[in-house]
Amino acid sequence: MLTVKNLKKSFGSFVAVKGVSFEVKKGEVLGFLGPNGAGKSTTMRMITGFLSPTDGTAEICGHDILKDPVAAKACLGYLPENAPSYRAMTVTDFLTFIGRIRGYAGAELKRRVDDVIERTSLGSVRHQTIETLSKGYRQRTSFAQAILHDPSVLIMDEPTDGLDPNQKFAVRQMIKAMASEKAIIVSTHILEEVDAVCTRCVIIAHGEVVAQGTPDELRAKDPQGGRLDVVFRNLTLSKEEQQEAARLADQNTKKEAK
Amino acid sequence: MCPCKQVKTIFRREFKSYFDSPVAYVFLVAFLVLVGFLTFGMTRFYENRQANLMPFFFWHPWVYLLLVPAVTMGTWAEERRNGTIELLLTLPVTLTQCLLGKFLAAWAFIGVALALTFPVVLTTYWLGNPDGGAILCGYVGSYLMAGAAVAIGVFASALSRSQMISFVVSLAFCFFLMIIGFDPVVNAVAAWGVPAGIVDAVSQCSLLTHFDSMRRGVLDLYDIGYYIGVMVFMLAAAQVVTENRKAA
Repeated sequence: MLTVKNLKKSFGSFVAVKGVSFEVKKGEVLGFLGPNGAGKSTTMRMITGFLSPTDGTAEICGHDILKDPVAAKACLGYLPENAPSYRAMTVTDFLTFIGRIRGYAGAELKRRVDDVIERTSLGSVRHQTIETLSKGYRQRTSFAQAILHDPSVLIMDEPTDGLDPNQKFAVRQMIKAMASEKAIIVSTHILEEVDAVCTRCVIIAHGEVVAQGTPDELRAKDPQGGRLDVVFRNLTLSKEEQQEAARLADQNTKKEAK
Repeated sequence: MCPCKQVKTIFRREFKSYFDSPVAYVFLVAFLVLVGFLTFGMTRFYENRQANLMPFFFWHPWVYLLLVPAVTMGTWAEERRNGTIELLLTLPVTLTQCLLGKFLAAWAFIGVALALTFPVVLTTYWLGNPDGGAILCGYVGSYLMAGAAVAIGVFASALSRSQMISFVVSLAFCFFLMIIGFDPVVNAVAAWGVPAGIVDAVSQCSLLTHFDSMRRGVLDLYDIGYYIGVMVFMLAAAQVVTENRKAA
């Protein structure tokens, strides 16, 4: 449902993304992993049509994001980083605005908004302005915005960032509940998320894909312990940085032993 | 789906957002107080003993100069600062639809302010027997000029994420477009010995020159075309700037 073809992006002489390709099928939840600054957000912004790529393209439900952006965006739900929304609007007004832009009107619009408020448990705050909400509710409002039109492709940029453990759990349950009918991408740098929701992972570092596979396949890359964080470090750090990390870990173990 | 429906949706949200904060009411009061004070206090509307709105319209460009940038400075700068630009531009709308919706909303808001000056018209009708056509023409001219200033403001707002910068840029831009047609300045430049043809050509680019005839009650297609031209040009420029600096 989503095909990413050799996306590249440079800002001046700085190359942020150096040719990223992958595919997400219906029923898959793809974990998009990488350290901060690896190019995760830039890649997602290109897939969603916010940034225009220097080279390459993406196809959403068969619509090329460069050639037919409006049709591609219509099939897409996007939760940007930090969950931006119009803070002076109430939750209901905000979702109604999004619904209208998505082409709904009248009874259908009202039904969609009520339904999504129900699904994301926003009922108790629906008449409050977004600026008065806690971070968890704000995140959920943004989540509601992304799934209001029941998109075939859902892209979320760090959906659990800054949430408390209960809220993280709730977001993951919502993702799981939708997983079977959609193609979903979740970017994150929280590795526990991978086991919680993802069926497959792509790891990027320095703007390139360094590994992809199921969580178990990735774990197999650390023959000793089978730990994801070790695999992640080995893939995303340079040789010197790896040695430095190993030295620090070693020091700490010795201290603890004393 | 009709593309104008998207423009309408964005227009509605933007227009309503002006009234979400007290700023809108502060603005409306400031506009009316300023226009009222300048008309009655500075140009001695009553003492003229003439039933026309020339002294009233005379001040409109200068009031717009100060207040239009205040209305438009947030149009894109605020979207950038809050990150909502990423949300808006990943919805199934084109950038042109967003721009048009925002522009029309700001212009309509200025329209509300302008419409609220109606007591001046009523006063004139009550005191004398003014030329209704000339008044209408003055209002049309004033509103068109406001539209040009709004388009400049929307462009300036697209330049940066700081509302302050976009305010200053659009104020400076509008001020420049005004003084090149401001009579004292034009006369001074002509007195330096600059050829009349050049002076005239430059002052034809001014927001003021084209308003002058309209506030006297002369409605000319050439003047209307000028204002529409400025709007189209500035909105096209805003489109290019926004397209190139989305993530900035």
